[in-house]
Amino acid sequence: MTKTTYSRRRVLKTGAVAGTAGLMMPTYLRAAAHEGFTNAPTGDTVTLGFNVPQTGPYAEEGLDELRAQELAVEHLNGMGDGGMMNTFSSKVLDGTGIMGKKVEFVTGDTQTKSDVARASAQSMIQKDGCIMITGGSSSGVAVAVQGLCQEAGVIFMAGLTHSNDTTGKDRKANGFRHFFNGYMSGAALAPVLVNAYGADRRAYHLTADYNWGWTQQESMAASTGALGWETVENVLTPVGAGDFSSYIAPILNSGADTLVLNHYGGDMVNSLTQAVQFGLKDRQVNGKDFKIIVPLYSELMAKGAGSNIEGVFGSMNWNWQLEDEGTKAFVRSFGEKYGFPPSNAAHTCYTQIMLYADAVTRAGSFNPCAVVEALEDYEFDGMGNGPVLYRGADHQCFKDVLVMEGVASPSGNANMVGYDTLRIVEQTPRAQVEYAPDHPMFAGGALGECNPGA
Amino acid sequence: MDSFILQILNGLDKGSAYALIALGLTLIFGTLGVVNFAHGALFMIGAFCAVTMQRILGLSRTVVDETQTDFLGNPLQMQVPYVQDWFGPVAGAAIQDWAVPLAIFLTIPVMLLVGWGMERGLIKHFYKRPHADQILVTFGLAIVIGEIIKAFYGANPIQTPMPSAFVGTVDLGRYLGLGEGAVAYPTWRLVYFFFSAAIIAAVFAFLQFTTFGMVVRAGMADRETVGMLGIDIDKRFTFMFGLAASVAGLAGMMYAPILSPHYNIGMDFLVLSFVVVVVGGMGSLPGAVLAGFLLGITQSFFSNPAFKGYFVELLRLEGTFAGTVITGLDQIIIYLVAIIILLTRPRGLLGRKGVMED
Amino acid sequence: MLGLNSRDFKLLMIVIFMTLAAPILLNPFPVDSALGESFNAGYPALMQRFVIFGLLAVGFNILFGLTGYLSFGHAAFLGVGSYAAVWMFKLLSYNIVPAMLASVIVAALFAVVIGYVCLRRSGIYFSILTLAFAQMSYALAYSVLSPITNGETGLQVYSDDPQVLMRAGDPIVPHLFGLEMNSSVTWNVGGWQFVFQNGYYLSAICMIIGFYISIRIFRSPFGLMLRAIKSNQTRMSYTGMNTKPYMLAAFVISGMYAGVAGGLMSAMDPLTGAERMFWTASGEIVVMAILGGVGTLIGPVLGAGIIKYLENIISKINSDILHNWFAFMPDWMDNLLVNILYPFVGKGWHLTLGVLFMVVVIFLPGGLVQGGQKLGALFSRKSKSSNSDATTAGTANTNTPAE
Repeated sequence: MTKTTYSRRRVLKTGAVAGTAGLMMPTYLRAAAHEGFTNAPTGDTVTLGFNVPQTGPYAEEGLDELRAQELAVEHLNGMGDGGMMNTFSSKVLDGTGIMGKKVEFVTGDTQTKSDVARASAQSMIQKDGCIMITGGSSSGVAVAVQGLCQEAGVIFMAGLTHSNDTTGKDRKANGFRHFFNGYMSGAALAPVLVNAYGADRRAYHLTADYNWGWTQQESMAASTGALGWETVENVLTPVGAGDFSSYIAPILNSGADTLVLNHYGGDMVNSLTQAVQFGLKDRQVNGKDFKIIVPLYSELMAKGAGSNIEGVFGSMNWNWQLEDEGTKAFVRSFGEKYGFPPSNAAHTCYTQIMLYADAVTRAGSFNPCAVVEALEDYEFDGMGNGPVLYRGADHQCFKDVLVMEGVASPSGNANMVGYDTLRIVEQTPRAQVEYAPDHPMFAGGALGECNPGA
Repeated sequence: MDSFILQILNGLDKGSAYALIALGLTLIFGTLGVVNFAHGALFMIGAFCAVTMQRILGLSRTVVDETQTDFLGNPLQMQVPYVQDWFGPVAGAAIQDWAVPLAIFLTIPVMLLVGWGMERGLIKHFYKRPHADQILVTFGLAIVIGEIIKAFYGANPIQTPMPSAFVGTVDLGRYLGLGEGAVAYPTWRLVYFFFSAAIIAAVFAFLQFTTFGMVVRAGMADRETVGMLGIDIDKRFTFMFGLAASVAGLAGMMYAPILSPHYNIGMDFLVLSFVVVVVGGMGSLPGAVLAGFLLGITQSFFSNPAFKGYFVELLRLEGTFAGTVITGLDQIIIYLVAIIILLTRPRGLLGRKGVMED
Repeated sequence: MLGLNSRDFKLLMIVIFMTLAAPILLNPFPVDSALGESFNAGYPALMQRFVIFGLLAVGFNILFGLTGYLSFGHAAFLGVGSYAAVWMFKLLSYNIVPAMLASVIVAALFAVVIGYVCLRRSGIYFSILTLAFAQMSYALAYSVLSPITNGETGLQVYSDDPQVLMRAGDPIVPHLFGLEMNSSVTWNVGGWQFVFQNGYYLSAICMIIGFYISIRIFRSPFGLMLRAIKSNQTRMSYTGMNTKPYMLAAFVISGMYAGVAGGLMSAMDPLTGAERMFWTASGEIVVMAILGGVGTLIGPVLGAGIIKYLENIISKINSDILHNWFAFMPDWMDNLLVNILYPFVGKGWHLTLGVLFMVVVIFLPGGLVQGGQKLGALFSRKSKSSNSDATTAGTANTNTPAE
């Protein structure tokens, strides 16, 4: 528990002042019509909404996002060491909040359920007057909240969401994604896999039976297939199945020599652990060593799976072990505040807030349409991923992707499991993971017009 | 054939977990007449006993190693477990390795205590209340227990490895003459199956062959008469609650290496185990065990894509919408079987008439 | 009046007043004050939830409160109702009239089928059957039925949907013949701010009508028949009465209420997710009814309000806000109080709910309504005569064994 002493007494005081200064005469107004956009900040503060899972299967990830978000707010308000603000290529942020307005935030619990997440976001918009919503750890929630923000006329800066649809079929003008996606995972992983395991492999896919799983599987099958791998079978597994043994057993005699686990979170921890228990890693099939692949890694999953991830390839958006200045600055300020390195979910949320603040400042307005304009086709650097492009056509960030491999913990420190048990194998250059905005896996969506709300 | 055997093994394994939970539920229902919705939470407490044992054995003192640095450049803080201080590094590590089986020394007293506390503190006051009230209060208790666990252990699944001696698989194929590696089954799952079978046998033997068990069985059949005979049935029933809690707890403890424990597994297992109990017939111990294995095996088979494909082919539904729906059968098969059984056998497989029907 | 006795009429008037004035009553604190930031609940999205879940709980009460059949799968009807409404938005237009009609009809048909099957059994067997159906609906909607439900992402309206009745210039949000659901009027008085939203008032009117119908059902010969079945079904059968049609009617009515609630949810927010049908959602409905007081008229509405308040207001209180409250105290006392309270708020709100629920079930089997009566009786010092007509069902319920 960290206690931020600054906010206590001061907030109480400003609250009292604002209360008495309110209008005394009743006036009838259409919602926020006076400023031209929803929740235009009027006082000397601006409120952001951090909508993350705090209960349910992704709660730990949500809490890590929250840590990074609080850190970002501190940095924006000029406290702490400034983190990646110092390494960011854009220098308009000066530690006085956003455009001189002190940043405040409210938090909400998505429970990783679309309905609840929307209710929480609605309350942030209607009750707390949030001008921007960010966070989340699931694509279903991201798509749902993104749609809501589009309707309400606020900006949505997506947190961890990896489905192609978030910036594909379900892309929205008011929504932006910094995190990478299923297609990029496939494009980055496939060459490394072929290099390490050979072009002649028969892959068996276990796929979480929902939107993210499907797009992830589709991407992996396509990118490995293009390099010669054969997909033997794709089996959909219910989300939260817990015991995957009855899905793993048929693999043993399927003739496959590679298992691709398109699972995330607790499902991945369980399916990987159980696959290892079934001896898949020690098997020999077709004269080759059996291999397991987890396309999407996260530190918290790696922690849950412990030593089972040894020798398992996967991909990540970012990792704290990168050597660039931005990463070092971020890891230092996060590590000093919380005592352990940040996860890539934390990194994406921190970056999204910085990018939003920067876009508002450059646009000189909180108006969502001005922010959209400032973010579209924006190139920046110094946020840990090398040069990044926020593409205007689909609001997806393009940057290097990391290919990771699980290793034994070199430090032997139990607190570092998940953090130092992942090794960066390759930093796949951005050009290799780029695709056209109307690529078949992303087709069918339209950004529409930016919506400033009332 | 080999995949057939594997699916049977899987079904038995899954079924043994269901059966153990259902057995405990039925013991409580049969003896005390209480519908315990917190039974999944007892399973979870058992699993977290394993986690706690692992943590206790992992208790460490911190040694600052000046030669190495951590990720921030500060001197590295090494953790040296006390167990390794006392028993030497090799024996200490071996003890840590055996954390899950050793947790039995923690689980049994904890579960007996929890069971006793629950029965005396809460359930006792609900014997005369409607079943709905029992369901609701224990449901509330399940939420509370889950949240307390979350407050202490976080929401992430916690990896609880089995002893390294049990890592890996047993090549059953070789014993069955099916060729090397054809039927390789994880050792720990076999251990789990035999462990469950032993516990189920022990519970039945206890009820069948001891005086205590006889009295309890008599009490299950007719509580009032047994009470009138001057036997203090209440005390025995309290013990039965503790016993049922221990069965659930041991099931959870041994399951921890298979399914990393998290605060919600209780709820995950609760719904399924209730379906199992109802399919078996409320109040019937053999019914609970039978239904547990039956549903486990059914679920296992319908998870097999080859089997499902065959099923679709059999019904000539390839490529149709109905065919697509059938591929999702593994997600609903337990409920489907439950509905079919309840509609054809009103009181479940082995249920007695008049139990829980009004 | 309206075919109600004076006591019921008074209750109805109170409910009407409370719902219509909710935007003011739920915002007791100035908008910028610390208390207002934490506890004001008078914003449209939450108020909609209050009345929609209130309606759902009222409908559930017709089944559980009157017949004693505990359905553990009621959320399924809510789910199919919402899906039906969104499909109407996709196919026809954003006008909510066809959407609402579709959601009631689909939910009713669904309820007829499920009710016909499940009502062949009673007691816990009935509960498990309803649970099984709801879980199957959830699992299928989440995965293989994705062409119909859009899976985990949730069913929503895309710009390339047919929307055949849509004319140029029609609002592109749910509307009632042009009256947009999400537009509102804001009234600023001093530091206070009250928001009156069309969507909320539509839901509120539906809830009031639903509440009125439920009073009529409770007081009708049909309601009496259902209670007779509850107290002893076997005896009813021996009198030559076929109880089945009555039970099925109650089940279907109850399902239709859930369908309306689902349709309203879609009308307020045109996106529907499968998790609306998960068993925990059904459990939540049960908890609402019990918490407020099952079998009483007002109880379920009260329970729905409390749970939604906890979920949306208490869950947002974090440690900084707690420190704000106690900022006037010495630091050690501040920290102590925060440490005591912290586990129960924010992400620990489920704990608060669990504890509250247990307390209610243990000490107030008639729900909070009974608690209110006990308090009332304590103050008016006439414990026996205060049990009103409207709540006899609630107190009777506690003595009826085995739901």
